[in-house]
Amino acid sequence: MIRYVVRRAALAVVVVAGVVILTFVIADVVPGDPAASWAGPHASAAQIARARQYLGLDQPLAVRIGKYFGGIVTGNWGTSIHTHRPVLSDIATAAPATIELVIAALIIGVVVGVPLGLAAARWPGSLGDHAIRAGSVLGVSMPVFWLALILQLVFAQRLRLLPVAGQYDPNLVFSHPLVTRTQMPVLDSLISGNWAMLGSTLEHLILPALVVAAYPAGVIARMVRAQVLDTVGEAHVQMVRSLGFPERTVFGTFAMRLAWNPVATVLALVFAYSLVNTFLVESIFDWPGLGSYAAAAISTLDTPAIVGVTLFVAIVYVACNLIVDLVQAALDPRIRLR
Amino acid sequence: MTALLRKSPLITAGGVIALLIVLVALAAPLLAPYPPDAIHPEMALQAPSLHHLFGTDQVGRDVFSRVLYGARVSPLVALLVLVFACAVGIPLGVLAGYFGGAGDEVIMRVTDIFLAFPSLLLALAFAAVLPPSLTSLTIAITITWWPWYARLVRGQAASVAGRPYVEACRALGIPSWRILLRHVLPNSVTPVIVQVSLDFGGVILTASALSFLGLGAQDPTPDWGLMVAEGENYFTTQWWLVTFPGLAILVTALAFTLLGDGLRDVLDPKRVVLR
Repeated sequence: MIRYVVRRAALAVVVVAGVVILTFVIADVVPGDPAASWAGPHASAAQIARARQYLGLDQPLAVRIGKYFGGIVTGNWGTSIHTHRPVLSDIATAAPATIELVIAALIIGVVVGVPLGLAAARWPGSLGDHAIRAGSVLGVSMPVFWLALILQLVFAQRLRLLPVAGQYDPNLVFSHPLVTRTQMPVLDSLISGNWAMLGSTLEHLILPALVVAAYPAGVIARMVRAQVLDTVGEAHVQMVRSLGFPERTVFGTFAMRLAWNPVATVLALVFAYSLVNTFLVESIFDWPGLGSYAAAAISTLDTPAIVGVTLFVAIVYVACNLIVDLVQAALDPRIRLR
Repeated sequence: MTALLRKSPLITAGGVIALLIVLVALAAPLLAPYPPDAIHPEMALQAPSLHHLFGTDQVGRDVFSRVLYGARVSPLVALLVLVFACAVGIPLGVLAGYFGGAGDEVIMRVTDIFLAFPSLLLALAFAAVLPPSLTSLTIAITITWWPWYARLVRGQAASVAGRPYVEACRALGIPSWRILLRHVLPNSVTPVIVQVSLDFGGVILTASALSFLGLGAQDPTPDWGLMVAEGENYFTTQWWLVTFPGLAILVTALAFTLLGDGLRDVLDPKRVVLR
C-alpha cells in the first residue's frame, strides 16, 4: 500500500517534470520577449535589460529550468509577466472560485446523471432509453463555450431570469457585506449566516455550473447505464429479484451498488476535465477563477502563469486519481494495489 | 446491416449527418452563395434573411457561406491530428508490444506521462506557447493524442506476439519485419480504428476550444471556434453570429461521436473508454 502510493507519487513527479521542461523549451524557441512586455511599451533598452536580469531570462535555459524546479518545492513558482505578482499567490487567490464552480457542477452531474442512467438501464431499448442516450451524447459533444454564451443570452439577457455574470450582486456588498474566509462566496455567506448574500451567490452560480455540468452529467449517465446493465444479470442481483424485492430496489440499491465504484473513478477524471473546461467558461461569466486567470495569461503570453496553472491542475488531477484509487481499495477488498 | 440500423436509430442518424458534413466540406465552393472572405462593410451585421440565411458578420461577410467553408477547417484539423497520432502511435505501440524489453519500458513510461493529464490541458499549454496558427494547433493536439494509440496497440501487439501462429512464423525463420507487418499489425489495429472513430468528435471540440481562445485559426479563416469568439462581442444584439457556427461544432461532434459509439458496439462491444 505504502509502496503503491510512493510509486504513484514518483510517477506523478516525473510527469509534471516532463511537462514543465517541454513547455519551457517550446516557450524558449518561440519568438517574443517576456522582458520587453514586462517592462511595458515605452521602456528603454536599459529598463528591458534590467527586467531581463530581474526575471532571470539572461541565464541559459537549463539553469532556468533547474531554478524553476527548486522553486516549485519552496513555493516560488515564478513571477507573472502580466500581473507582476508571484504566480503561486495568484493561483491561490483564483483557485477557490474555480473549485466552488467545479464542485457545484459535479453535484449537478451526479444528481442528474445517476437517476437518468438508472432509468435508461431499467428500460433498455425503450424510447426513454434512446432519449437519455442521445442526451448524454449531446452533453459530451457540447462545445461548453458556446453553451455558456447561449444560456447567458437566453436566460440572463432575454428572459432576465438569472444574473448575467459575476459571483454576487455588487449592491449587496453595502447592505450585507461578505466576510471572506474560504474565498468561496457560497460557503462564506453560508458560514456567516448571510442569507441575502447566499441567495445572490446561488443565483449567480446556476448558469456557469449548469454549463460545466453538461459533460459530467453525460458521462455519468452513460457510465451508470453501462454498469447497471452489466451487473443486473449477475447472480446476486437475480437472487435479490427472486426474493421478491421490488424492481426499484433491485436497480436503485443492489445493481447500483456495484456501479458506484466506477462512477467514483469517473468523477475524479471528470473533476480535472471540468477544471480545464472552466478555462473556456469563466471569462464569459466574469467568474474570477483560474480559468479567467489562464485565459488572461494566454492572451498576454504570460509563460510563468501558463506553466503555473498547468502545474497546479496537473497536481490536482494526479492527487484526485490517487485518492480515488486508495478509497476504492479501502472500500472493496477485491482490489489489490500494485 | 438493416437489422443493425433498425436497432439503433442514433447510429444511423450520426452516420448520415457525418456523411453530409463530408459532402459539405467537399462541395463548399458550389454550395456557398458568397465567397467566405468577401468583405462588405455596408452590409455589416444584417439579421438572417433570404439573401443571407445566417445573417452577416461585423465586416459584412455571409455567415452561412463561412459556416459551410468551416467544414473544411476544424474537421480537417481533426483528420490530420488523428492521422499523425496514428502514424506515431501505431508503429511505436507495435514495436513496444512485440519486442518488449527496455524500449517497451521507455515508450510506456513516456505515454504514462501524457495520459496522466487531461488532454485539453496539455494541448492548451503547448498551443499557448506556440505562435497561434492552424499548424501549431495541429501539432499541439497531436502531441497529446498519440500516446493513447501507442498504449492501445501495444497491449494488443503484446498479446498477439505470444500466440502460436506468431511463434510458428518465428520457428520458420521469417524475418521480424515481415511478421510485424503481415501478422502482428493487422491483428492489433482494430481497437485503434474504433478509438479513432470515437475520438474524431473529441478532437473537433478540442480544436474549436483552442481556436475560441485565439490559439488556432486566425482571422480571415472561416473556423467555427474562431467565429464564435469573434461574434462574442456583438452577441447580445446579434445572436446569429455565435449561434450558427457553434451549432455547426455541436452537430459535427455529435454526429461523429454517435457514429463512433455505433462502430464500437459493433466491433468491440466490451470496452468503455473515457477521455
